[in-house]
Amino acid sequence: MWKLRRFLKNYKKEAIIAPLFKFFEAALELVVPIVMAEIIDVGIKNGNEMYCYFMAFMLCCFAAMGLGCSLIAQYYAAKAAHGYGTELRTAVYKKINSFSHAELDSLGMPTLITRITADINQSEKGVNRFLRLFLRSPFIVLGALIASLIIDWTMGLIFLGVTVAMGLFIWLIMAITIPKNGKVQRALDEINGITRENLAGARVVRAFSMQDEEIANFKKKNARLMKMQTVLGVVSSLLNPVTYVFVNLGVVLVLYLGGNFVYNGTLTQGEISALINYMSQILLALVVFANLVVVVASGSASSARVKEVLDMHSSLVEGTKENAEYPDTVLEFKSVCFKYNAGGDNVLTDINFTLKRGETLGIIGGTGSGKSTVINLAERFYDVDSGEILVDGMPVKEYKFKALRSKFGLVPQKAVLFKNTVRGNIKWGKADATDEEIVRALEIAQMKDVLDSWNVGLDKMIEQGGRNLSGGQRQRMTIARAIVGNPEILVLDDSASALDYATDYRLRKAITENCKSTVIIVSQRASAIMNADKILVMDDGKIVGTGTHEELLKKCEVYKEICASQLAAKGGAK
Amino acid sequence: MKKKLDLKMLRRLYAFIKPNRKYLVLSLFFSAISVLAALFSTVLAGKGVDCIVGKGDVDFRRLLWIVVAIAVVVAVIFVSEWLANIFTQKLTYRTVRDIRNLSIESLEKVPLSFLDSKDKGDILSRVITDVTEISDGLLLGFTQLFNGVVTIVSTLVIMLVLRWEIGLVVGLITPLSLFIANYIAKNTAEEFRKQAVKRGELTALVDEMVGNQKVVKAFLQEENNENRFAEINAQLKESGTRATFYSSITNPATRFVNNIIYVAVGIIGAIMVMHDPVSFTVGTLTAFLMYATRYAKPFNEISGVVTELQSAFTSAKRVFEVLDAEHETPDAPDAVELEAKGDVDIKDVAFSYNKEIALIKDLNLAVKKGQRIAIVGPTGCGKTTIINLLMRFYDVDEGSISVDGHDIRTVTRDSLHSSYGMVLQETWIKKGTVRENIAYGRPDADAESVVAAAKNAHADSFIRRLPNGYDTVIGEDSGGISEGQKQLLCIARIMLDLPNMLILDEATSSIDTRTEIKIQKAFDTMMEGRTSFVVAHRLSTIEHADKILVMDKGRIVEQGTHKQLLAKQGFYYHLYNSQFAQV
Repeated sequence: MWKLRRFLKNYKKEAIIAPLFKFFEAALELVVPIVMAEIIDVGIKNGNEMYCYFMAFMLCCFAAMGLGCSLIAQYYAAKAAHGYGTELRTAVYKKINSFSHAELDSLGMPTLITRITADINQSEKGVNRFLRLFLRSPFIVLGALIASLIIDWTMGLIFLGVTVAMGLFIWLIMAITIPKNGKVQRALDEINGITRENLAGARVVRAFSMQDEEIANFKKKNARLMKMQTVLGVVSSLLNPVTYVFVNLGVVLVLYLGGNFVYNGTLTQGEISALINYMSQILLALVVFANLVVVVASGSASSARVKEVLDMHSSLVEGTKENAEYPDTVLEFKSVCFKYNAGGDNVLTDINFTLKRGETLGIIGGTGSGKSTVINLAERFYDVDSGEILVDGMPVKEYKFKALRSKFGLVPQKAVLFKNTVRGNIKWGKADATDEEIVRALEIAQMKDVLDSWNVGLDKMIEQGGRNLSGGQRQRMTIARAIVGNPEILVLDDSASALDYATDYRLRKAITENCKSTVIIVSQRASAIMNADKILVMDDGKIVGTGTHEELLKKCEVYKEICASQLAAKGGAK
Repeated sequence: MKKKLDLKMLRRLYAFIKPNRKYLVLSLFFSAISVLAALFSTVLAGKGVDCIVGKGDVDFRRLLWIVVAIAVVVAVIFVSEWLANIFTQKLTYRTVRDIRNLSIESLEKVPLSFLDSKDKGDILSRVITDVTEISDGLLLGFTQLFNGVVTIVSTLVIMLVLRWEIGLVVGLITPLSLFIANYIAKNTAEEFRKQAVKRGELTALVDEMVGNQKVVKAFLQEENNENRFAEINAQLKESGTRATFYSSITNPATRFVNNIIYVAVGIIGAIMVMHDPVSFTVGTLTAFLMYATRYAKPFNEISGVVTELQSAFTSAKRVFEVLDAEHETPDAPDAVELEAKGDVDIKDVAFSYNKEIALIKDLNLAVKKGQRIAIVGPTGCGKTTIINLLMRFYDVDEGSISVDGHDIRTVTRDSLHSSYGMVLQETWIKKGTVRENIAYGRPDADAESVVAAAKNAHADSFIRRLPNGYDTVIGEDSGGISEGQKQLLCIARIMLDLPNMLILDEATSSIDTRTEIKIQKAFDTMMEGRTSFVVAHRLSTIEHADKILVMDKGRIVEQGTHKQLLAKQGFYYHLYNSQFAQV
């Protein structure tokens, strides 16, 4: 958590005021036993009622002041913590936006989402607790120690001894329980895993009649979890009784030794009462402290996870140029090799091809053959390991991201829409698109009839993920989104799979007629790419065939195989 | 009404505690002892202070006795509190174990329709999170409540006995802090709700945008999203600060009330000591000051316990829904052990998931041993329905399905299931070694037969290339093996013990060409001479099928051989030709 302290820098004032006022409150609280001792030793001894009332009035004032200090402290702690959380959140979100696909892949979206939400909340809570309580407990312990030393240094030493012993003991318990806790957590994760597995594989489990074995396995692991929990419980439940023993042994010592001191006249009865009081304050403070360490520890684990995100940097260095040239060759791959992980296998090996303006390029191959990777490299979501990619004659590394990516209109594999109006969704492709342009794009995407069926037209709300549209409608929406900006290069990444053949055909016809774009179609379906000017056949990261449909049918084994197997496949799919 | 429901729930929950009730009794017994002993130690400490009056006036003999007595009482407290804690934990963890065991038993026995109709994540959180919630809230909450009540009552009694005037003052003012805490909590709830709304908005945004970050980047929406994020984030800061601050008023406020009580006890006590130093001593005053602190503590805790109990009840209800789910109809007592040769007869079958929407009607199909049935239709549209009925994962509504002349409802489920070898497109890999996965249906299979099965499934070569060969640990989420390789493992699982009937689901897309060819070969080996039902995506499978079932929108629209169906010029013909014309 300490390492993220820079996010508190705009809240320095708050971060100082909060513990400071906590300190005042603690100090006020520490005065109470001394005043009470005065009531006993001076007021009662001398029978001075007025003195007692005065002191009681003072105590009420202290209580009120304590309340005030405490409220101020809580307010500033809340302000600092939420200020910290807010700045941290903004920073992390900006960071995520700066990541290239490589970082996104290595962290994974679900992880990033948890870190920016749950983990930051936890860290924020940790800061708040820290400011409010973490300093208060040591204040009280220290204060009570000092007060006891002032009353009598021998007594103070007893206090010191008890406090140190208790501190050591609490540390010991935590040193034992925290790692054990981790183990229990892992055992619980295992139970979780088995349950998930059984839910996902219910059909297979039943097909093999393995229910009884699965139940037995679950019970075995569950019994193990219980055993571990019980052992942990036995140790951790020592905490309260042992601290209690320590404090009361302290009380016993204070009483017995104190008796001697009072007999000799070095201590008074009121002071003994005050000392006993301090002893229980130390106890409470230490127990609170121990519980707090757990909260702060989990806060700092969250903080560490957040910091990991902040410490990552995009592996891509943005170029500086724009490009206003429009040469005949739009896209060129020169001996491109690429792998996702440094240690892994090549995903693309020695890829070479050129694409001329206005042409349509088809890329076909099974999953894992590297089709989509070609697209990702062209838009520079990743950097190549060797070789070079040129867009409009300029290496992609020299482009500003915006200049490069705005040349492309991408229809991604997964038809993702966002919670917004139809208009808002389409405008992602062109921020200043007019309604006419949007309707036109929807028309080309074969969505006109669907659009007309909504009585609110472009104001139709799309739910998150496009839940309220059918798969085919979603896909056509993403196509409209890509073509609305009239991109130089339109990329259809396996994006017509939910369309029936007639619509698919009309769509491709409309695109050829209306868009002046160069088109790249990535597909596993031979029918989707067979009319392309050029087809790349990919297998295992290599281009195993280039040419038109007819040429490939003659010379490319893999292509022939694909066509042969898919004839019926599409019969099945459509 | 709500009260009654809670009582029923409590009785139900008690049924789970019952087998472990000795721990409950022991835990309550020891915690009562420890609370009472703690009270007694305070009385002793007060008496101790009384022995130390002033210079030259200390009763050492009595003091020694008191000191020894305190030490003994402390030892009792130590032992009893520790034991109480241990028994509470035992009770808690045992109960949790029992509830979880019952849950998994229930989940393995409910009909698949129950699992299919529910969100898996939701069921999972019922078994894991909600059960924990019950233990935390109910058991720990309950012991805390019990402790609190014992402490309050006994402290109040002892104060009233020692000095009823002070006891009355303390007893009456302290609940005030409870009211204050409640009052604040009620007003804070609104602020928390607002914070939760903002948090929800932010999470939704992050979920949507970060979840689809690649699309966001492709459309250059980073800046746009940062602005939206900043706007909600600023609102969250406002509401968050307010919620945190308001909720953190509770502690200082109740502490203030407690401090005032402390002062009141102090001043009343002091005046009493002055007026009647014999019966009300300084020691009694010290003890009273300690009682006042002790008495206040459980009040703060109890207000927390109530919310914990409420959430425990909510969780309990969710867990009971899993436990109460109706189990599959058990096998009939006279059910036959099926040893299928492979004749399947489907007669006048009607079936639908939702009784309002008819799905399958008048389905008739006679399959002879060794025949191959291809099922063709759009993805995700009802092909699994046939599998569900054949395997009796679901029962037919009308008509009957029989194997070798036995209605499948009259044979044991286990024997029916083991008569089929099933390979689904959704692969299922259990966390464990490759060997364990292949030997899933026959854990006692020897090493040679596992390798033989893998070889038959064309899986042996890739398994050998894994870091630890057959002993490599794999699982759902483990990388290292591809989707296609997982499918080969699932096939090997069947190969180990190949039954006479097969249900196969041909892969559509997620597999590279080479692996796909291997899978196809493995399928062909398996189907030799066996009755097989194949969800088909390949031309060769369809052309060689003895019969084709054509499905659309969950219904069977046509059936026949490839030639018959083409000649019929119906749905299949149209489908087939529209492809053929294009390629």
